[in-house]
Amino acid sequence: MIEQIKTDFEKIIKNSDLSESDIKLKRKYLDNFIENGFPSRKLENWKFSDLNQIIKKNIGELSFYNDNSHPNKVDTATFIDGLEHNKIIFINGRIEKIDFNYENQDKITIDDDYKFENKIENSNSLLSLNNAFTNKCYKISIKKDYVLNKPLFVYHTMNNKIKSKNINLKLEFQLEENSSLRVIDLFNDNAENNFVNIFYNFDLKKNSTLKNYKIDKMQNKNIKYSYNNIEQETNSVSETFIFSSGSNFSKNEVNCNLNGEYSSAFVNGIFSLHNEQQHEIRTIINHLVENTKSYQLIKSVLGKNTKSAYQGKIFVDSKAQKTDGYQLSKAILLDGTSEFNAKPELEIYADDVKCSHGSASGSLDENSIFYLMSRGLNYQQSKELLINGFLLDVVEKITDLEIKNLIKNMIGLKE
Amino acid sequence: MDTREKDIENLKDYKYGFSTDIENIRAPKGLNEDVIKFISNIKKEPRWMLDFRLKAFERFRNLKEPDWQKPKYPKIDYQDLYYYSAPKSMNDKPKSLDELDPKLLETYKKLGIPLQEQARLNGIAVDAVFDSVSVATTFREELNKQGIIFCPISEAIQNHPELVKKYLGSVIPTTDHFFATLNSAVFTDGSFAYIPEGVRCPMELSTYFRINASNTGQFERTLIIADKGSYVSYLEGCTAPMRDENQLHAANVELIALDDAEIKYSTVQNWYPGDENGKGGIYNFVTKRGLCKGKNSKISWTQVETGSAITWKYPSCILKGDNSIGEFYSIAITNNHQKADTGTKMIHLGKNTKSKIISKGISAGFSDMTYRGLVDINSKAQNSSNYTQCDSLLMGNKCGAHTVPYIKNKNSNSNIAHEATTSKISEDQLHYCQQRGLNPEEAVGLIVNGFCKEVLQQLPMEFAVEAQKLVGISLEGSVG
Repeated sequence: MIEQIKTDFEKIIKNSDLSESDIKLKRKYLDNFIENGFPSRKLENWKFSDLNQIIKKNIGELSFYNDNSHPNKVDTATFIDGLEHNKIIFINGRIEKIDFNYENQDKITIDDDYKFENKIENSNSLLSLNNAFTNKCYKISIKKDYVLNKPLFVYHTMNNKIKSKNINLKLEFQLEENSSLRVIDLFNDNAENNFVNIFYNFDLKKNSTLKNYKIDKMQNKNIKYSYNNIEQETNSVSETFIFSSGSNFSKNEVNCNLNGEYSSAFVNGIFSLHNEQQHEIRTIINHLVENTKSYQLIKSVLGKNTKSAYQGKIFVDSKAQKTDGYQLSKAILLDGTSEFNAKPELEIYADDVKCSHGSASGSLDENSIFYLMSRGLNYQQSKELLINGFLLDVVEKITDLEIKNLIKNMIGLKE
Repeated sequence: MDTREKDIENLKDYKYGFSTDIENIRAPKGLNEDVIKFISNIKKEPRWMLDFRLKAFERFRNLKEPDWQKPKYPKIDYQDLYYYSAPKSMNDKPKSLDELDPKLLETYKKLGIPLQEQARLNGIAVDAVFDSVSVATTFREELNKQGIIFCPISEAIQNHPELVKKYLGSVIPTTDHFFATLNSAVFTDGSFAYIPEGVRCPMELSTYFRINASNTGQFERTLIIADKGSYVSYLEGCTAPMRDENQLHAANVELIALDDAEIKYSTVQNWYPGDENGKGGIYNFVTKRGLCKGKNSKISWTQVETGSAITWKYPSCILKGDNSIGEFYSIAITNNHQKADTGTKMIHLGKNTKSKIISKGISAGFSDMTYRGLVDINSKAQNSSNYTQCDSLLMGNKCGAHTVPYIKNKNSNSNIAHEATTSKISEDQLHYCQQRGLNPEEAVGLIVNGFCKEVLQQLPMEFAVEAQKLVGISLEGSVG
């Protein structure tokens, strides 16, 4: 793999118009990735899923080179109907279009030459990989007091032209004071056996609101890793919803730093897995100042040979008095071969806090099924009804009515 | 000459030389094969025992000290320790209570420990009025009548080799983790108990009533076997503070419950926690593991951990037999600069197995308390269930309370429920108690006792009363 990655890297550098210092920085990131490799079970964060093994088993040789010189054809059929929206279209690892047609253009800036900072961040080798190979990093800023009229949809599309490739995407968002943004990530995969590595960084200033919904629904044989870093100032609100279902393997990480008083973070997620899928969500909420709030709810429905894992951590600094943190994970195991792992973690250094977590896993309640069947439903219907109710609970947490209804329709939940 | 004799022969020429003075036997500093042979030799152990130790040592050499735990400690130089030293002679020991640290005496008084017992705890020769030996002998006779074997493990190796051979290392094998393997190589003594089929042990077994119990040292090994249909309750430690020069304690405790048997193991640990500034104190790195081997067996761990500078232990249950039950009740209190990383592991292998975990952590001062636990339900463990509850109480904002549970469910017929909360003592509760005439310290003691009640209830009667007082004393100076 190391030979492959080095030659691919040189190929990219040759075709790029990067400055000398940028190349130097990229090299540094590459070296860092080569040194650490793909994360494996040996790392505490990857205990439940060994990415190194998964890539070896499912993809084998991964290629890191992507020919970005030719634009890909945008297939408008994949767009969401009946809801006007702004778009970022990302096809086969290339950003084809950024379109804010519904907005006041003065209030949004798109910087396509954004330089990422020169620091090798902690030990996340996937971030190094991302930094080394992303060809362009966009920074989207929402100006002060501006609330977007329409939501922003990010279409992640892969067509069958690519196979066994590593695709990287990096986006920076800055929400200035009193601004508001809704981002919906939609995955459309027709390609197989690729490794997608996505990094988002959100910078939330005073009183701003961010809502991010990630929908991975379409069945596909790809491996996905997505990392959201959210920095929050005073009174800001972030809401993240993850629907984790389509990919063969997927890991979503959300890291939230509550840096300002009265800021709050909400993370909700659903795992709905079938045929040998393996998914994971990891959340880290850092309460760093007084009077911050976080709430997390993760629910899993697990079919045959599937495995889901939830690692959630609430960290409370000694300064962060009056923190309110809550975390709940629930799982229904439908088959003898399904597996649920959880590590709900609390790390608390302040005494005047209200923090709790809960985790429960088990089978569908036979009594409830009996109750429904005695009222005329057949077994399958009763099962579906119970699962529907179980998952609806999470979707109901979505605060945006428009999006909530869209997601309900998309994943087929009934009220 | 057989090989064993040869070994002994070789030892005689050992270059550092071993003193044979009974009063002062001590292995040379350091850890090597010769020291292990020396220990084995002094205990007059059979060849298989020495092999057991050497096998463990061989593996120990290739092991790395773990470093994933929360409380970090300065590196221990394992070559700078004495692995064997015989009990101190009477001459070295304090002659009367007046020679003891007045702070220690004060604590005794608060706990309500009788004078004679205070003396006994510090190894002061006691007069004829309180003859602990005779008390112990009466107990021993009664146990013998029932066929219960209760003796130091070194005696058991001599007298009941078939039992020891069969069970020693069957729960904590020589191939276990760093500290457990170290213990397998160099353990000096400990308790052995065997409860025969169908016998209900008539009294709480405790090292207290065991002859030769003094100074079992830092590497203790305990093995308890409950045969079919038997019951035993075992007490370890006592509420009185224990002073000890050995900084590292790496004991191994193995419990084996056969069909329909029940073992109840209670620990109260109040070792020297170091001074107010976090200097000194004992490292308590104990491996405790119980195996519910037979059907319908039950193992229950209860622990009250208030001492030690660092407590790092996870009493575990392997629920192998169908319908077996594992329980874990724990109170861990850390004050000043103490650190604790404790919890349990419940491994469900058999069908219809149940486990319950109740953990209460209290941290005050500058201390750090971590609950770390694992619940693992195997795919074959049909209809198993687990309930976990861990509550933490924080006093002041210089301390920390952490919860790190690992939950693995591989079985669709099984249920796992986990709850954890963290809070502080509310002003309202304190105010209410103070209004009724309690001083702040008493009020905190009362509230904390209520917080811990679920666990304290599990302790044997005599223990429970003392433990309750201990909880209060451990938190002294943490209020206001």
